[in-house]
Amino acid sequence: MSNDEIFQKVREVLVDALAVDEEDVTPDASLTADLGAESIDFLDIVFKLEQVFAIKIPQGELFPENVSQDARYVQGGKVTPEGMATLKARLPHADFARIPENPDIKRVADVFTVNSLVQFVSSKLAAKG
Amino acid sequence: MRWMWIDRIIELDKGTRLVAIKHVSMGEEHLHDHFPAGTGPQSETAGTDARAPRPALPVMPASLIIEGMAQSAGILVGHANQFREKVLLAKIARAELDADAGPGDTLRYTATIQSLSDQGASTAGIVERRRADEAEFAPFGRIDLMFSHADNAMDMRVGGVTLPRENFVFGEGFKTLLRTSGIE
Repeated sequence: MSNDEIFQKVREVLVDALAVDEEDVTPDASLTADLGAESIDFLDIVFKLEQVFAIKIPQGELFPENVSQDARYVQGGKVTPEGMATLKARLPHADFARIPENPDIKRVADVFTVNSLVQFVSSKLAAKG
Repeated sequence: MRWMWIDRIIELDKGTRLVAIKHVSMGEEHLHDHFPAGTGPQSETAGTDARAPRPALPVMPASLIIEGMAQSAGILVGHANQFREKVLLAKIARAELDADAGPGDTLRYTATIQSLSDQGASTAGIVERRRADEAEFAPFGRIDLMFSHADNAMDMRVGGVTLPRENFVFGEGFKTLLRTSGIE
């Protein structure tokens, strides 16, 4: 499946899950900052991607968890350098250029763009063969 | 009054599908406030004269029909894991109702699990209505929901509040409902 075909399907998923207009779902749009996604929406998106692409997404693989509770990763509401390194290693599909190097934990979810979902699905489909 | 918006579970296929019914009754207090008699425009009375007397119009609030589906689907999701977790309504993904339900009507909720994981579940729901003088149920609405799981063994924080560890979601009322519906 080409990235363009994946994008079209990802867009349908987001229009459905987030009740946004199709034209707002651009590759660079951030799920939280631009499309208004809240925490439960991430689970909704995972479920829908699993169904649409017939893939299995283990917990924490697409969107991280337990980062904010770990004192090594978050101090005073900011993500530590160690936390950023861990996130970057765990989330190769995410767009870390969107946030500063020492971001507020509340802003971390901004790294998930429409394009990062396309990249993630593309790698999952490639691994499936 | 008890916060129970279904009367009986009539089918339960574990982890897959649950069907429940709700009888709407004039004995329910809220119907008398929704909507009471008064004055003002109402589509079923003559014109839009603001001083025209308006008869009471007892209909089940749509929010409580959604709650009925949330209870039906929530039991289905909780039952799939032996009620080990608290199952919290987290998102109303879709709610479309075609008409009103009033005293004497029976609603039938059919909830099916779309996805289920450790974190939560998504369900699709169909609502049907049978009026007192009808033999069959007819399509009435669609309500799709998402639930979040909160583990009973951990202190979970939701919206700045720490949840109690005991399973307050599935309390005595639900145990009674399951038992009277013939479900262990």
